[in-house]
Amino acid sequence: MTLAQQILTIGLCIGGTMLSRFLPFLIFTENKKTPAFVQYIGKYLPSAVFGMLVIYCLKNVSILHGSHGIPELLGILVTAALHLWKRQMLLSIAGGTIFYMLVLHFVF
Amino acid sequence: MKRKALKAAFPYTIPIFTGFWFLGMAYGIYMNASGFSFVYPMLMSLLIFGGSLEFVAVEMLLSPFAPVQVIIMALLIQARHLFYGLSMLDRFKGTGWKKFYLVFGMCDESFSINYTAEIPEDIDSGWFMFFVTLLNHLYWVFGATLGGLVGSLLSFDTSGISFVMTAMFVVIFLEQWLKEKNHFSSLAGLLVATLCLLLFGADSFMIPTMVSIIILLTLLRKKIEKAEN
Repeated sequence: MTLAQQILTIGLCIGGTMLSRFLPFLIFTENKKTPAFVQYIGKYLPSAVFGMLVIYCLKNVSILHGSHGIPELLGILVTAALHLWKRQMLLSIAGGTIFYMLVLHFVF
Repeated sequence: MKRKALKAAFPYTIPIFTGFWFLGMAYGIYMNASGFSFVYPMLMSLLIFGGSLEFVAVEMLLSPFAPVQVIIMALLIQARHLFYGLSMLDRFKGTGWKKFYLVFGMCDESFSINYTAEIPEDIDSGWFMFFVTLLNHLYWVFGATLGGLVGSLLSFDTSGISFVMTAMFVVIFLEQWLKEKNHFSSLAGLLVATLCLLLFGADSFMIPTMVSIIILLTLLRKKIEKAEN
C-alpha cells in the first residue's frame, strides 16, 4: 500500500465511525420535535444496549474449549455480588477484575 | 464550574483509565509489531477513537488497498453507535459547541457513563459529559502512543486485565437494571445478543442483534409502555 492509500484507508475508517456517531443527530435536530417512536426507542434502547455490550465483551469466550468460560462467569458473579452488596462502582469493577486475574493465574 | 465538573467526572473514568491504558498499549504494541511507526496508532486512536475498528484497521492496512471493503467494515463494526446517538438525542441537547465533541468522542465507554451517571444538580451536565469524553479519549491516545513507542521493549504478565471492561459493563447493566421499572429491554439485550452470538458467531452477530432488538422493542411497545405506568 502506498502512503496515499494508507491515508485513504484510515480516512474511510474515520468517516464510517463519524457517520455512525453523527447520523442520529443530523436527522433529529434540536429544533425539530423528535417523533414519539424515536423518543420511545431512545428511552428503552439503552437497557438492551448494556445487555448487548456485556455479551459483546464475552464474544470470544469459548464454552466448549479452554477454560470453558468459567473464569469469566466467576468474574461476573463476583462483580455483580460486590455491586449488589456495596453499590460502589469502582469497588465492584476492581474486585471483579482482580478476582478474575487471580483465577486465571492460579487455577487455569 | 469547569473545575467542579472535572472533579465530578474523573472518578467515573478511573475504570476506563485502567482498561484503556492497557488496551491502548496493546493496540500500539500490535501496530508497532506490524511495522508501523508510533505516529499511526497515535493519529488513529485520536481520530477514529473506536477500539475494535482500530484493531481491524491494522489488518486492512497490511492487505491490498480495498476502499469499498474498508468503508463497509467500518460501518458494520461501528453501527452500534447509531443506538447511542438515538439514546443521547435529549441528553446532548443544549450543550452548545461541546455537542460536536461529545458526538465525535462517543465511544462505548463514554456513552455508557454519560448515559447512566447521576450528575449532581449543581454541576453543569454538558461540562461533566465533556470531561468524561475528553479523559477517556486522552487515556486511549496516551496508551496507544506509548504502546507504539516502546512496544517491542515491553513484556509483562497482565493477562486478564482487559476484564476490567467486561466488569464495567456488568456494573453499568446492573445499575440500569436497578433503576428501571420493567426489565423487558435489559433481558431482550442479553438474550438476543446471546442467541445471535450462538447463531452467527463472534464476527458477525452484532448487526442481527441490533436489528432484532429494534424489531422486538417495536413489537413490544404497547406492553412496555403499559408496564411503566
